[in-house]
Amino acid sequence: MAVSVTVLRSQIETALAGRIPAPFTHRPIQTETTPFNIPELDQLTGGMPHGGVTEIAGPPSSGRATLLLSALAARTAQSQACALVDGRDSFDPHSAEAAGVNLKRLLWVRCRNIDQCLRATDLLLQGGGFGLIAVDLSLLPPKTVRYVPLNVWFRFRRAVENTSTIFLLLDQESNAGTCASLVLHLLAEPSYWAETPGQQRSRLLNACACLLNGSQVYVELVRSRLKSGAHQFSSFTRITDANHIVNFRSKRKWSDFTNVITSTK
Amino acid sequence: MAFASIYVPDFSIQAVVRAEPPLQYAQVRRALGTSEPVLRQQAIALIEGHPPLEKVVTMNQAAAQAGIALGMTKSQAKQFPSTAIRLRSYAQEQIAHAALLDLGWSVSPRVEDTAPDSIVIDLTGLAALFGSEEVIARLLLQRACDLGLFVHVAVSSNLEVALHAARGFPGIAVIPAGKESARLGPLPIQIFSPPVEVIETLDRWGVRACADLAKLPLLELSERLGQQGVRFHQWARGASVRSMILAEPQLRFEEEMALEYAIEELEPLTFLLARLLDQLCARLSARSMAASAIRLRFTLDTYSQGESMHAPQDSNTDAKKTYEKTFTLPVAMHDAKMLLKLLRLYLQSDPPAASIVHILIAADAAPPRMRQEGLFLPSAPDSAKLELTIARLANLVGKSNIGSPRLIDSHRPDAFEISRFAPARSTRGIENNIGFPAGREPVAAFRVFRPAARAKVSLRGGRPVHISFANMHGKVTVASGPWRTSGEWWREDAWDRQEWDIEIQRSPAANANAIENASAEPQKTVYRIFFDTLQQAWFVAGMYD
Repeated sequence: MAVSVTVLRSQIETALAGRIPAPFTHRPIQTETTPFNIPELDQLTGGMPHGGVTEIAGPPSSGRATLLLSALAARTAQSQACALVDGRDSFDPHSAEAAGVNLKRLLWVRCRNIDQCLRATDLLLQGGGFGLIAVDLSLLPPKTVRYVPLNVWFRFRRAVENTSTIFLLLDQESNAGTCASLVLHLLAEPSYWAETPGQQRSRLLNACACLLNGSQVYVELVRSRLKSGAHQFSSFTRITDANHIVNFRSKRKWSDFTNVITSTK
Repeated sequence: MAFASIYVPDFSIQAVVRAEPPLQYAQVRRALGTSEPVLRQQAIALIEGHPPLEKVVTMNQAAAQAGIALGMTKSQAKQFPSTAIRLRSYAQEQIAHAALLDLGWSVSPRVEDTAPDSIVIDLTGLAALFGSEEVIARLLLQRACDLGLFVHVAVSSNLEVALHAARGFPGIAVIPAGKESARLGPLPIQIFSPPVEVIETLDRWGVRACADLAKLPLLELSERLGQQGVRFHQWARGASVRSMILAEPQLRFEEEMALEYAIEELEPLTFLLARLLDQLCARLSARSMAASAIRLRFTLDTYSQGESMHAPQDSNTDAKKTYEKTFTLPVAMHDAKMLLKLLRLYLQSDPPAASIVHILIAADAAPPRMRQEGLFLPSAPDSAKLELTIARLANLVGKSNIGSPRLIDSHRPDAFEISRFAPARSTRGIENNIGFPAGREPVAAFRVFRPAARAKVSLRGGRPVHISFANMHGKVTVASGPWRTSGEWWREDAWDRQEWDIEIQRSPAANANAIENASAEPQKTVYRIFFDTLQQAWFVAGMYD
């Protein structure tokens, strides 16, 4: 005799009463996060989840390194030791210090190829104890990163699960797939160039007059485990809503000085 | 008050056996064509002197029973195939004696360094810590085994009685107060180490045991043998009393091993280092110390490299014959397995130039790390595991490519150095945004190309309009510059450059080699390029990202 779902459910709840309260009630996953310290981005994403993979993908000059430095600054400010696996030895300590990264808490591993990157990441995850492990594959050819088997990202995710470590992956295309708890895609936009008032519009004719002031960074939230209502039973959704694109402005460290000079003229 | 005396029988032989490579190395040697059983169960004789005039100077009981006699030459001793012949080593005896003293200090701070093969320990006040005298004696026996020594232990309220009883009784002997004379009675007078002529004199009188000596009249004995006779008489009666002469604690921890066959491979070397580290760490633990640095010295077999034995010696030759390294540890540790892993990684990255014939390993002692972790403090990598991780990473990417970046106070572009990664633990707990103002605009980052990429730049009116480098080329839409920078003209690596910040628009069709690496839409990328006036060439310094 077929038993209805409702009867079955009530039987199970009765049997488990006292041991497991409300076994069929969904409980939202409580995930600790660390903010990027960029208000627009934190409002969109809720911060970087601990014990999960955060992937930031985008073309060159889209702001990936800017987000990386913001994440490192936020995490080192929490007195956490951080590690950066640099795929092409392109990390700039001067930019990092200007962004507020505590360099004494940063372990910089300068690699030359994808193989060194993956093996170094394995060793860091085995050692444990880091608040953030960032793997920067941005300057490696996308084809090389595409050939990394998916089980590698799963292994990395498994290694940080149930820990307070943030695993941050930067590349040109999204490769981690469903392993990532948070996937952001950056869009390249023209940069801001400072000009003195009354200057001719043609930047090429008066190159000395303009100064790179920063850029506009557009971030699209592609996937998230943390968006409320977007998941049940630990699934997550791909977000294509235009409401999940934010932009913010990044500035060069000399921008404050150019603003002063411009305003005094 | 009670004293415990520890005596090492056949001390010179035990010192050599203690340094003998372990069974695993014996297996390696079998693979090389030689086979010898474990040394400790064999008949052993030690020879000393300049070749070919070496003579037997000491032997164990098994060798004596086999027919070896003192004074035999090496070739005569080799006629007895069951006997192992070894060279006497004063260095090993010093190390074994140091281990013996460490054994004493592991139990009591009051230790007398009586002889190379024996020490005396004051057991006053130790009953509450360790238990009865018999328990303490067993503990000393066990710890001596851990250090590679087989000893006799005797306990008595009289220092001299304990000393002589340890020489006479094997294993453990506890002599109750008032029974000293009775217990020492059956022992031979040789336990007092008298001169040969005294032994012969007493033997003519029929005096062979301590009880016989104790019965002799004291006055007549002093007339015949002098003060030493009086001394022996008091020892035999267990009546001699003297104070302890305390030894100063030494903090010298060294172990060494001379190899019969030169080692070239890392695996057998690891076996030997494991044994030495076990002994070293056992001695450190016995003294409640840990190693803050490990010093390695290998003597290399340079003759196998073609060097002649008669070649003139100079400092360069001497330097090539040894391999010396000092490894400083971030935190004092006495875990032999962890130290072995670290040494193995260091040796993999910087191996010795020739095969090894002698190993010396020393530890700088320091109090072990004691720290209580806070419940609410941010987590940090464990120091020992972090050191191992960094050593493994250094093996992977190179020692100079791992560490914390540190900015140098210089105007030179991309000036920094790599320093040791040692994150200081915070004592303030987890506080968000310490010194980091939230809500400010993030600083745009720069990616450095190391080394800088050579580029071809087309100029119009002195300003760049087109650039090509690596797999990229495109039209320059915005150019800011030139920003001139130069410095350190007095050095060979002076710099003098004109920098430009440029924005490039590149289309997919323009990059024939990079189509698969580019997106489908025209991309705008911002680079910093510079013209090096010294090299008269254009380079790309990096990219804004």
